[in-house]
Amino acid sequence: MAIALLRVDERLIHGQVVIAWGNHLRSRRYVVLDDDLADSEWEQDLYRLAVPPKSEARFHRVAEGLQVLRELRQDPTTTVVLFRNLTAAMAVDPAAWEAGDALNLGMLHHKEGSSAVRSYLYLDEGDRAAVKVLRERGVRVYGRDLPSSSPVDAAEILGNGSQSGSGETPARG
Amino acid sequence: MSEGEIRGIVVAHGALAANLVEAVRGIAGVEPDALVPISNEGLGRDALCASIREAFGAGRQIVFTDLPSGSAHLAAMLVARESEGVAVVSGVNLPMLLDFVFKRALGLDELVLRVMEKGRNGIHGYRPPTG
Repeated sequence: MAIALLRVDERLIHGQVVIAWGNHLRSRRYVVLDDDLADSEWEQDLYRLAVPPKSEARFHRVAEGLQVLRELRQDPTTTVVLFRNLTAAMAVDPAAWEAGDALNLGMLHHKEGSSAVRSYLYLDEGDRAAVKVLRERGVRVYGRDLPSSSPVDAAEILGNGSQSGSGETPARG
Repeated sequence: MSEGEIRGIVVAHGALAANLVEAVRGIAGVEPDALVPISNEGLGRDALCASIREAFGAGRQIVFTDLPSGSAHLAAMLVARESEGVAVVSGVNLPMLLDFVFKRALGLDELVLRVMEKGRNGIHGYRPPTG
């Protein structure tokens, strides 16, 4: 299992991911599943500037998610997989998810109709519906911006829990 | 701002940009719009790009960013790509900004190389002798 973290973060590859999570997990590869970025080589070059020297970045369309995740699971290189938003994560073929998978919700900024779960995490009704769908697929969804932060469980993300962190420790990432 | 002079936009995490610009103003006493601070706090990529564009003056600009791997730097490069006369310099520090504010009439390429050198030259290490 070389996928150390599956994360939704609209900033994709950037400082918090490569510095905080990258050092915490000792990741050597960053894989982005995003249609816009997969089609734009010059934007890929910008994101590669954020990748540490001994690491690599790859960019794929969301429709390739099933094949990409299957290949990554067989590869020993420690990898962080990134989605720009919950829509992209939900659009990945449901067969791509395996038992025990956890999806980390990192930074999602405020947008029209969204409400705060944490200062780094704003979700609208569409996002919460996506969380429910992913949970139905067996994915454990949790919020956590940094490795040093307390995780936020799905009940609170969906508006059913308390306002404090759950203390739950994610099995993966 | 004198016509033709380069404007500096400092884009950084938290309160860093505002504090750097305040320090430059306190030390050098430059006119307020020579340097404009922007925090990335709470801003997604599109909002940050919009803030950078709004901070632009009429002519040429240098966008100073803190982390080359940061979202602020990425936003600055995206804006620079779509705009004429914009350069981006990462690793912003006080020595480079203090030089920048006095040399804003230089050519853009020349000034970019100059502030990078000043920034690097402002870093010194010292380890006192033991015993």
